[in-house]
Amino acid sequence: MSDSAAADVAHAVPGHHEELGFWRTYVFSTDHKMIGRQFLFLGLFMLIIGGLLAMMIRWELGWPETAVPGFSWVPEPYMYDGIIPPQTYNALFTMHATLMIFFVVMPIMVGCFGNFLIPLMIGTRDMAFPTLNMLSFWVGLVAGIVMLSTFFVPGGPAASGWTAYATLSAKAAYTGVDWGQNLWIISLVILGLSSLMGSINYITTIVNMRAPGMTYFRMPLVIWSLFITAILLLLALPVLTAALAMLLFDRMLGTSFFLPEGGGEPLLWQHLFWFFGHPEVYILVLPAMGATSDILSTFSRKPIFGYHAMAFSMIAIAFLSWVVWGHHMFVSGMNPLLGTAFMLSTMVIAVPSAIKTFNWLGTLWGGSIHFTSPMLFALGFVSNFLIGGLSGIFMASTPVDIFIHDTYYIVAHFHYVVAGIIFAMFASIYYWFPKLFGRMMNEPLAKLHFVLTYVFFNLTFFPMHILGVGGHMRRIYNPTQYVFLQPLQPINVFITVSALLLALSQIPFVVNLVWGLVAGRKAEKNPWQANTLEWSAASPPPHGNFGAAIPVVYRGPYEYSSPEVEEDYLPQDRRLGTEATAARSH
Amino acid sequence: MMSWLPENVSTFGEEIDYLFYVIYYITGAVFILVTVLMLLFLILYRRREGRRARYSHGNTALEITWTVIPAVILVVLAFMSASTWGKVKRHAPPSDFQVQVTAKQFNWEIVYPGPDRKFGTEDDFQTENDIHVPVNKVVHVVLKSKDVIHSFFLPNLRLKQDAVPGRDILVWFEATKPGKYELPCAELCGFGHSGMRGWLYVDTPEQFEKWVKESWSQG
Repeated sequence: MSDSAAADVAHAVPGHHEELGFWRTYVFSTDHKMIGRQFLFLGLFMLIIGGLLAMMIRWELGWPETAVPGFSWVPEPYMYDGIIPPQTYNALFTMHATLMIFFVVMPIMVGCFGNFLIPLMIGTRDMAFPTLNMLSFWVGLVAGIVMLSTFFVPGGPAASGWTAYATLSAKAAYTGVDWGQNLWIISLVILGLSSLMGSINYITTIVNMRAPGMTYFRMPLVIWSLFITAILLLLALPVLTAALAMLLFDRMLGTSFFLPEGGGEPLLWQHLFWFFGHPEVYILVLPAMGATSDILSTFSRKPIFGYHAMAFSMIAIAFLSWVVWGHHMFVSGMNPLLGTAFMLSTMVIAVPSAIKTFNWLGTLWGGSIHFTSPMLFALGFVSNFLIGGLSGIFMASTPVDIFIHDTYYIVAHFHYVVAGIIFAMFASIYYWFPKLFGRMMNEPLAKLHFVLTYVFFNLTFFPMHILGVGGHMRRIYNPTQYVFLQPLQPINVFITVSALLLALSQIPFVVNLVWGLVAGRKAEKNPWQANTLEWSAASPPPHGNFGAAIPVVYRGPYEYSSPEVEEDYLPQDRRLGTEATAARSH
Repeated sequence: MMSWLPENVSTFGEEIDYLFYVIYYITGAVFILVTVLMLLFLILYRRREGRRARYSHGNTALEITWTVIPAVILVVLAFMSASTWGKVKRHAPPSDFQVQVTAKQFNWEIVYPGPDRKFGTEDDFQTENDIHVPVNKVVHVVLKSKDVIHSFFLPNLRLKQDAVPGRDILVWFEATKPGKYELPCAELCGFGHSGMRGWLYVDTPEQFEKWVKESWSQG
């Protein structure tokens, strides 16, 4: 099946291409690589905004109700001479989470690397539906513009948290936010369309267009992760879209899906939201796990430990992610008996994550480890995921969750997991930059970026566990209003200083990115001596990716230090002669 | 880290803290084990000239071991947690004292049954944000909300329960030490969320009787 489909595409798209004009090359491009780059820059732009919002949140928590330096220009009632009022504070954390989840991690990990890597790594010339792919980016950009526009509508942006719990979100009177919340809903519905288009494309491409010899179990783990992510997206997003439509109807058309005075049920929103929301967590983290697996194997010069276990643990996570949503609702008023059931399923989903962590360790064991910048960031991801995974066990235990639910313990936990993804994101950018842009980034600067980011990330997020143990609620505007939180305030100040330094630690990255794009050393085809197919294409790959002939795959992606060859890597498409018969049988 | 836990003054709080500590020690041990191994591997297996990485695709026995051990530990933790959870949230003991708490933006409305011990009668006593309860008695709280979701959080009693509009949710506790304990709202409920706070007064029998006499008669 995959052979003939790939052959069809090879016929349909010849190796040589007509020159396209500026607009069709850089703007309305149907080339998966350009669309990937567009998603990358969209995500990085949103990362700057999301990061600035985080700094303002931290300022307020460190030095409550004092003026944020440089923000006295913001008009009232959004800020008062630089002082953040409570309403604006609620909008800040709502938009910080919304942007980081939907407009940073998803566009970069799924949008950019999904688009860029899938055709290159399975050995085909483009996505199955290139025009749909282009549309996916432009629809996503519209969603982003709608979301950012809420900063400028009367009443300000949504202020009911990224989880938008009804009834707070269902009536303008409860938050004082009218169009900010409506547009927030509309933007996410539009973004859902963008992701649906992308996921249909990813699934179709991976199922039908793998190069000859690229069986499912010869796919790199990052492709496995993107495949599973796409399936989760396809199934989870319609649930969110339906819930968002109901919420918008409650707000604008007078329905009462979530409003008890009209016979509605506030908890229905939570069930629908988390039925989407928990698979969403894995949508965010699976591509990070996949990329980490590839990078760890490459720079350990060693096959990934337990390839099949790695693939099956991701499949297990995908199935289990549908039956754990209730762990967000232990103290919501949901039947406590259900809480017990969700506790059990949540404990079980920790097992595949444990398998992945141990297999990453196994990959390092006996390796020949090259400490390149992608490797350092991948190791940083593993170290953060370890902490985030372990801290999740506290919440899974229902009695412990009674105490730590809605405290900074949760904030610490999900930042170690979700903000930890940023390490996999940087690892991926440093690793695939030569292929993305045909140039190398500066390695010493990248290492400096890693050291600073790793240190200040941990100094920012680890102390949040202590705040949580102390009972510090999340989403409060001024912790010093509470007597029992006053002894914890020095920790808040410490975290704020660390967070500001974490933000400054990104300067080396920005410099490196710009420098790399403009003046970086020209990259060779395979600068890391890696095995997967993208490194067989030129850097950057031309339109159509692979010259005249599509590569033929003879083996799995992780044949590092194989005894069959003298050098310590063996590309998937390198024909040795010995395996020719084996390859034909596939 | 655990020394930052607020003092516990409820009967079931000890069990919750016990589980908290058990998980803390288990995860702490796993964290140290994995981190030490990782650092060790990074040092031992750093690239050196002339040494080639071990060509290995895995080890099934090892993988089964590190699948089964965490699975067993996690399931045991789930069963240990289930009994405490049942005690706190499912099987409330018979009440010695009842109070209704209705959350609204941004206050706790407290209603006591009054001298006739019945709610909904004329002698009900209503106040805001201050709850008085007797020490060492089982207290039932019926939680309601008038507008949005709030969360009734008593850090010192290890108790948290959302108040959901349209529902009456029963929670219980038995405080073991007289004192004044903070009662913040733990669920985002609007611009006044921060600062929505009440106080739980756990009174000795004498204090409680005195308070009942002084305040309920006014109502």
